[in-house]
Amino acid sequence: MKSLGNIRRSFAPWADPDSKPFISFKNITKKFGDFTAVDNLTLDIYHREFFALLGASGCGKSTLLRMLAGFERPTSGEIILDGQDIAGIPPYRRPVNMMFQSYALFPHMTVESNIGFGLRQDGMPKAEIAERVTQMLKLVKLEQFAKRKPQQLSGGQRQRVALARSLAKRPKVLLLDEPLGALDKKLREETQFELMDLQQQLGLTFVVVTHDQEEAMTMADRIAVMSHGNVIQVATPAEIYEAPNSRFVADFIGDVNILEGKVKAAGNGRIEIAGDDFTVRTVGDASPAIGAGAAFAVRPEKLKVSRAAPADASINASEGEIWDIAYLGDMTVFHVRLPSGKVVKTSMLNAQREVENPIGYDEKVWVSFAETAGVVLKD
Amino acid sequence: MTKLGSRIFSRLVILVPYAWLVFFFLVPFVIVFRISLSTTAIAQPPYEPVFRLADGIAGIVDNIRQLSFDNFIWLTEDALYINAYLSSIKIAGISTFLALLIAYPIAYGMAQAPRTWRPTLLMLVILPFWTSFLIRVYAWIAILKPEGLLNQLLLSLGLINEPLIILNTNWAIYIGIVYSYLPFMILPIYSALEKMDHSLIEAAQDLGCPPISAFWKVTFPLSLAGVVAGCMLVFIPAVGEFVIPDLLGGSQTLMIGKTLWTEFNSNRDWPLSAAVATVLLLILVVPIVFFQNMQAKAEERGK
Amino acid sequence: MTKWSRFNIVSVALGFAFLYLPIVLLVVFSFNESRLVTVWAGFSIKWYVSLFNNQGLMDAAWVTIRVALLSATIATVLGTMAALSLVRFTRFRGRMLFSGMVYAPLVMPEVITGLSLLLLFVAIGFDRGFWTVTLAHITLTMCFVAVVVQSRLLSFDRSVEEAALDLGATPLRTFIEVTLPIIAPAVFSGWVLAFTLSLDDLVIASFTSGPGATTLPMKIYSQVRLGVTPEINAACTLLIALVAVGVIIASIVTKRRELQRQRDEHAAFAGT
Repeated sequence: MKSLGNIRRSFAPWADPDSKPFISFKNITKKFGDFTAVDNLTLDIYHREFFALLGASGCGKSTLLRMLAGFERPTSGEIILDGQDIAGIPPYRRPVNMMFQSYALFPHMTVESNIGFGLRQDGMPKAEIAERVTQMLKLVKLEQFAKRKPQQLSGGQRQRVALARSLAKRPKVLLLDEPLGALDKKLREETQFELMDLQQQLGLTFVVVTHDQEEAMTMADRIAVMSHGNVIQVATPAEIYEAPNSRFVADFIGDVNILEGKVKAAGNGRIEIAGDDFTVRTVGDASPAIGAGAAFAVRPEKLKVSRAAPADASINASEGEIWDIAYLGDMTVFHVRLPSGKVVKTSMLNAQREVENPIGYDEKVWVSFAETAGVVLKD
Repeated sequence: MTKLGSRIFSRLVILVPYAWLVFFFLVPFVIVFRISLSTTAIAQPPYEPVFRLADGIAGIVDNIRQLSFDNFIWLTEDALYINAYLSSIKIAGISTFLALLIAYPIAYGMAQAPRTWRPTLLMLVILPFWTSFLIRVYAWIAILKPEGLLNQLLLSLGLINEPLIILNTNWAIYIGIVYSYLPFMILPIYSALEKMDHSLIEAAQDLGCPPISAFWKVTFPLSLAGVVAGCMLVFIPAVGEFVIPDLLGGSQTLMIGKTLWTEFNSNRDWPLSAAVATVLLLILVVPIVFFQNMQAKAEERGK
Repeated sequence: MTKWSRFNIVSVALGFAFLYLPIVLLVVFSFNESRLVTVWAGFSIKWYVSLFNNQGLMDAAWVTIRVALLSATIATVLGTMAALSLVRFTRFRGRMLFSGMVYAPLVMPEVITGLSLLLLFVAIGFDRGFWTVTLAHITLTMCFVAVVVQSRLLSFDRSVEEAALDLGATPLRTFIEVTLPIIAPAVFSGWVLAFTLSLDDLVIASFTSGPGATTLPMKIYSQVRLGVTPEINAACTLLIALVAVGVIIASIVTKRRELQRQRDEHAAFAGT
């Protein structure tokens, strides 16, 4: 049962086995000559979802978006949109619109005629076009700029024109290619929230391509982390951060310490891993073979640094020496050298730090963490 | 518009210019080659055999039997033609080299100029190209004549005692070619130099390379693509040049473009001039293909 | 800013002197009183008067302008199509041959092009005259147009066209409503280039023209062979003036556009 009060919080159609995906990529492969940009990829996106494709440049995320828009044809596989296979449909007949990374505003047209361009292509009556354009201008707060040319606008204004233009036709899906890439940091943060509000307000499906993990984490309902033409993990931002499924994802999103070792015991919802510095005991349902190699990922903020030894120093704790300190204003990052020579990163909010007698260079400290602090990586 | 309409539109865009160039550029070469295998005749057109569709297949087969390589054999036997080819290549080569020597410092100076000046300088280089080629060659006659402006100047300055004979010598041709084709040499070199990151030179100097040696080790190699393009743009048309040797060179200068013109217009020997053109084309095929590959590569990079 | 050394200034100055001095001298001596073009004998415009009374030259000029207008216009259409094919349709059968045929005329010696076109016209039994010169000039100049338009197409942001397709414009409407307005300045300069090349051409016109279609360069050439006269200088000066006026207008237009762009940028900053 869904609460009506907060749609967003309970919005999780991917977890509901009865809900049908709105967009399905089925075994999509795209080759450019010898180069495989997208490799046998399968992915579902749901109606009204804000979906992010995240990855480094060249991972195939833009190719995937361009296949959805119709600019590239898949070499093999199917793309289903709202129950229809769209592989053979040219871009100008797809109920999908795109906001381009470069904005791609028509330099010879005013803001107004840029926004009305798509409507004119559909042969909409003039009065209706004018009405819709006014409505879009209001939506992106550019009413007084209607008669300007794109060159007469600032970067942020151009971005909003591009957005209004791609929304004017009320597409079933809006594709956004690095929508905030050309904006400066402050404007980018503001715009992120504007985009999220807009998506809620219009009830549209957004698919955004980005290489900026923070952007993806802030805006998206779910993120697909991509690498070498494949999806490595699809999950909500929290899951991706807290429970990365692989070394690649753990490394790609945020900072991480990876502790290596061999499985010592498994069962009863616990896994124990013996490493050089730590004996790790963590929660986990998997039952890996005893003696097999295993890697445990733990975020810096989940590691605790203290002068005093923890109560049980034999589990999830190790002695070490402060190797480096970086003061970042809101927090302090300690690099701690463990007995094996491995250096781990820990971070501590400065609100919690002792101001009177702070931990200094070369000091002997203890590093410890809770059983639920990290995850065992699958690979 | 329907999908079919779009497809027809894109087909037409390719097909129309393609067909035009095949008919007006490629087919003529085939005809030139065909006529070069014919023999001269006092007729209109002045060669035989003449292919006529009306003769049917049998007629064409009969015609093919009459074709001969006599014109090509004639070209190799008469020293006039061999010398004309060799001398054209020599004159074009020397002129290209001189043009490079003059163009490089100009292009370099332009690339070093303050950024706001560069568009103006660029336009000033292109501007003479818009005025008639014939006019620019013609202007040199009055300058280079024995009683011309250059000799008047040099005599009045006391640098020489009697007029230099330049007009109607190879030197006049070199000057004419260098002058007419200079913008073609300057532009590619300039665009190569202008694109170059100035910090490369600073890096070379920072690493202990003196300015002159930095030029030869960094600047020049990076401008080489422009140099080669410029040389091609001057050399290839210069080999077949007609107007410059005809107006500035003397009666004894041999250049193949002039020879071809004379064979065709004065001697009305069409098959022989077709053979001359065929051989000239064969000589130029190598640099032309080279030039086209460069263009194609530049186009790839542009994408 | 890089420093502009004395060596650089001198080499550029000498270079421009070399490029412009002959033209300047030619213009100066067109106003010479004397029949000699090398001895200054006072200012006169009598050669311009005699030029306008020279019916042969005037007829040739009229033919030349008609050929140039017609051939430049058709060459612009064909050259723009060729440029689009080369840039937008990267894969089609015979593309190598096609790009070869576009680039080759740029460097092909004119005697070869002229001779081969003449032999084509003879072979198909087409009487030489106004139309054969026009066809020959279209063939030559369309390649120059193609190169000019092509470089503009290469530098333009492809996603602008994709945006139009994405918003529902068919490829043809995308071309008419988006591509063409953006490349229009390059198409126009292609036209001007084609026009001046046609105005200028001697060799190809000599091969392909027939009785009654003598062009101005052909006329000038036949007179130059008889000797240098101030009347020819006057004719050349008028041609140069024609081109100069065109170039000045073009640069004023560009300058205006540049100022407009600067104002636009200013407005953008003021607007934020």
